[in-house]
Amino acid sequence: MTPPLLSVRELVIKFPNRHGALTAVDGVSFDLAAGEVLGVVGESGAGKSLTGSAIIGLLDPPGHIASGEIYLKGERIDNLPAEDMRAIRGKRIGMVFQDPLTSLNPLYTIADQLIETIRTHLRLSMREARQRAIRLLDDVGIPAASRRIDDYPHQFSGGMRQRVVIALALAAEPELVIADEPTTALDVSVQAQIIDILKEQCTQHGASVILITHDMGVIAETADRVAVMYSGRIAEIGPVRDIIQNAKHPYTSGLMGSIPTLAQEEDRLVQIPGSMPRLSDIPPGCAFNPRCEHAFDKCRIERPVLIPVDNRQVACWLYEEAEAKGAAT
Amino acid sequence: MTKISAQPDTPLIQVAELSRVFDVSKPWLNRLIEREPKQFLRAVDKVTFEIRKGETLALVGESGSGKSTIAKMLVGLLDPSEGTIVFDGQPMIMDNSARMMELRKRFQMIFQSPYASLNPRWKVADVIAEPMVVLGVEKDSAKIEARVNELLELVGLSAADGSKFPHEFSGGQRQRIAIARALSSNPEFIVCDEPTSALDVSVQAQILNLMRDLQDQLGLTYLFISHDLSVVRHMANRIGVLYLGALVEIADSKQLFKAPQHPYTRMLLDAVPDLEMTGRQRKEVEGEIPNPINPPSGCTFHPRCPFANERCEREVPHWTQTKTGVAACHGVEEGRIPPAEMVR
Amino acid sequence: MEAVSNFLASDLFYRFRKSPVAVVAFIVTALLVLSALFAPLIAPQNPFDAGSLNLMNGFSKPGEPNQFTDETFILGTDDQGRDVFSTILYGLRISLFVGFSAVMFAMVLGSVLGLVAGYTGGRTDTIIMRIADIQLTFPAILVALLIFGIAKGITPPSYRNEVAIWVLILAIGLSDWVQFARVVRGATLVERNKEYVQAAKLIGRKPMAIMLKHILPNTLGPVLVIATISLALAIIAEATLSFLGVGAPPTQPSLGTLIRIGQGFLFSGEYWILLYPALTLLALALSVNLLGDWLRDALNPKLK
Repeated sequence: MTPPLLSVRELVIKFPNRHGALTAVDGVSFDLAAGEVLGVVGESGAGKSLTGSAIIGLLDPPGHIASGEIYLKGERIDNLPAEDMRAIRGKRIGMVFQDPLTSLNPLYTIADQLIETIRTHLRLSMREARQRAIRLLDDVGIPAASRRIDDYPHQFSGGMRQRVVIALALAAEPELVIADEPTTALDVSVQAQIIDILKEQCTQHGASVILITHDMGVIAETADRVAVMYSGRIAEIGPVRDIIQNAKHPYTSGLMGSIPTLAQEEDRLVQIPGSMPRLSDIPPGCAFNPRCEHAFDKCRIERPVLIPVDNRQVACWLYEEAEAKGAAT
Repeated sequence: MTKISAQPDTPLIQVAELSRVFDVSKPWLNRLIEREPKQFLRAVDKVTFEIRKGETLALVGESGSGKSTIAKMLVGLLDPSEGTIVFDGQPMIMDNSARMMELRKRFQMIFQSPYASLNPRWKVADVIAEPMVVLGVEKDSAKIEARVNELLELVGLSAADGSKFPHEFSGGQRQRIAIARALSSNPEFIVCDEPTSALDVSVQAQILNLMRDLQDQLGLTYLFISHDLSVVRHMANRIGVLYLGALVEIADSKQLFKAPQHPYTRMLLDAVPDLEMTGRQRKEVEGEIPNPINPPSGCTFHPRCPFANERCEREVPHWTQTKTGVAACHGVEEGRIPPAEMVR
Repeated sequence: MEAVSNFLASDLFYRFRKSPVAVVAFIVTALLVLSALFAPLIAPQNPFDAGSLNLMNGFSKPGEPNQFTDETFILGTDDQGRDVFSTILYGLRISLFVGFSAVMFAMVLGSVLGLVAGYTGGRTDTIIMRIADIQLTFPAILVALLIFGIAKGITPPSYRNEVAIWVLILAIGLSDWVQFARVVRGATLVERNKEYVQAAKLIGRKPMAIMLKHILPNTLGPVLVIATISLALAIIAEATLSFLGVGAPPTQPSLGTLIRIGQGFLFSGEYWILLYPALTLLALALSVNLLGDWLRDALNPKLK
């Protein structure tokens, strides 16, 4: 068994405030294998973006990692000094942000930005770096790359800019690419193009991907495995197909039911009552229990841990007995 | 979907050749020095459609399609550059006449942003009461208060919420307040401009269900604007597809998804992510939306259309009757477009 | 009462409590303002009631009994036998009155013009803003002197002293409105595109109603901050003008006037006539300024 590329263990992210601290991410653990695409899906406030930021070391203060560990190929990276983290960022971990407008510096040409990134992390001459940059742009589908490389960001459309951002993320041959809502700001027809490019290029360059999004549809098309987050915790994690077609956690199945799809025939959408609790009001036990129609006493007292069920893991006490039965037989 | 109620013959809204042009020229001095001509953006181009009483017509489009501009013109926030809007037989001319004030009681709008659509300094009860007070629907303050409470309960909040401020509520709750405000003057027709785009998926489900229930309960007519085809399928009786300011297809909702006629409609449908995991292969989507200031000649979709021919480059297409509705496409008119293999 | 308890529990009050600078500045300002308000009750004498003065008390040293009358004045007396402590209290009144009124005037004028300019746009906006720009090219003091000159020219001499305070308020206010107008105009430009304004237009509300009821309340936050800092500057401006001799007259002296009067006696050894009014002015301006600075940082969402 090859060790995982990325290993996150019991990550806790807190935000101090005048009453103490708010826990935005509360004990998240998962592994990422080399070459895999892991989707992290959740609604706003679930903590998925923070998890991504923590991995790449770009958590905005006063948010900080309160406890837990992050390992990249067996080496610990969450407690590195800023300089070492900078060497990793870009070289070993690339990032694709949501807004292509602000990800690129409007004052520099694409060539400048690509070459700068390449030469910071790889030992290449100016000419070699430029050639490599042109090839990258070509790979992500920018037409006439050798000419357009000298354009400024504002001369590209939104979709094109996001392609450039993907090229930038892959410029130094990273082992891992973290994409945080890469298609949310784009039109539907462009979204499709971008997720295709992202998946194709990352596979080609041998990079694993963590795809953070609120859009289940994007996950369905792109990811191998998915982690569903709720209130800073993982509710369910496993292969994409299994979770989407046969969700076990009540939140996941509620979520899937509430997404309108083109195939749906029923009249009403499934509706989960209430909304995700504020960070200051997370209930004891399972964070989802007030909204869950299957909740029973244990759910309100004890926080569930991830239990293996049917080739995935679910954090729900409904499956405790099933697991016990399974273990007994 | 509920059956359309009374008066199936007279459409409630009739929009004809509606257009809107924006002057996006650089300031006069710049133009003088740089010798540039004036520049115009044709955001909406001769759009024609009808909405029958009790139905939901959806307008779908991506950015630059003009859908928000159409919404604003329909409620008088923007004046049309060309074309007419007729509401229940009366022309919509936005003046301050008594006739217009009466008409204003009959339509309302729900906006996209739950954060910017409620005045942060006003109490929720005042926000909801404003339309009925300003339009003179209700004058007695006790009755106003009672009605505000009634509306709050109707949208799933409580009467006590009236004395709070908008920032005390979540996005979904704010949108409910916006819906309560829209119902305040007892309108018949509501324009919904991407009402759930800014909300989480599970909250969106609540709001969409609420809107449908209210439509059944109160006999409302909706114009539903969205970029999300899945949402629109769920809400609409008929769907109009917009591209660069022009309507390219109008069809019955279910039919549109089973048998899309216009190549752009097909492209849009194809681009919707495959949540059912059918493993369908997606056709390569060509290009991006062109700059609306300098649109392509003839049929504006031709650079991206797999079926475009030389006529498409020259001539703007007119409406052709189809089995499902109407489409503006030379290929459809000429019968050139093969039937779509849709798995919907 | 609910509003009070909400305020005490709020983040703003919490940050206030935690900031020693803000608390001290607030206490000092409050002390000075209250002293000014209750001056008639606190002051040992009314220094502007000529009948109550005793010339023999003139030039008494602070804290020492006068050699002629045996009366003691904590801060001494000036050349006319006026108790310096009392003159400071009454002077504070004038300074604060002029300061507040000038800022109020500038705030109302600036806000209204900014609101109209921002909401109406087009030519009205251009005209108002160009007037504002032109006015900014003149230093505030110069504008004030100009207005004074004009006022002096058109008022009959017998009324000049009475009118002086109002002219002072007008002059400082007119030199100050531009920053309010700019800020309110900026906020208006942002707010007028928001959907809640469109919702109001939809139901046919008139522009005036939209401006006053919807937009104005949302522009007041930054206005409050500017007003506080403006107050400090207005107080200093008033002092400067009075010091130059064109401000509050000796019959209704402000702290600035007192400083001017006191300056004449500095080198003959009666330092207290200058020193104590100057220190009071310093304390007032500094504490109001610090309070305004703190408020601006506290209300700035980006610094949180």
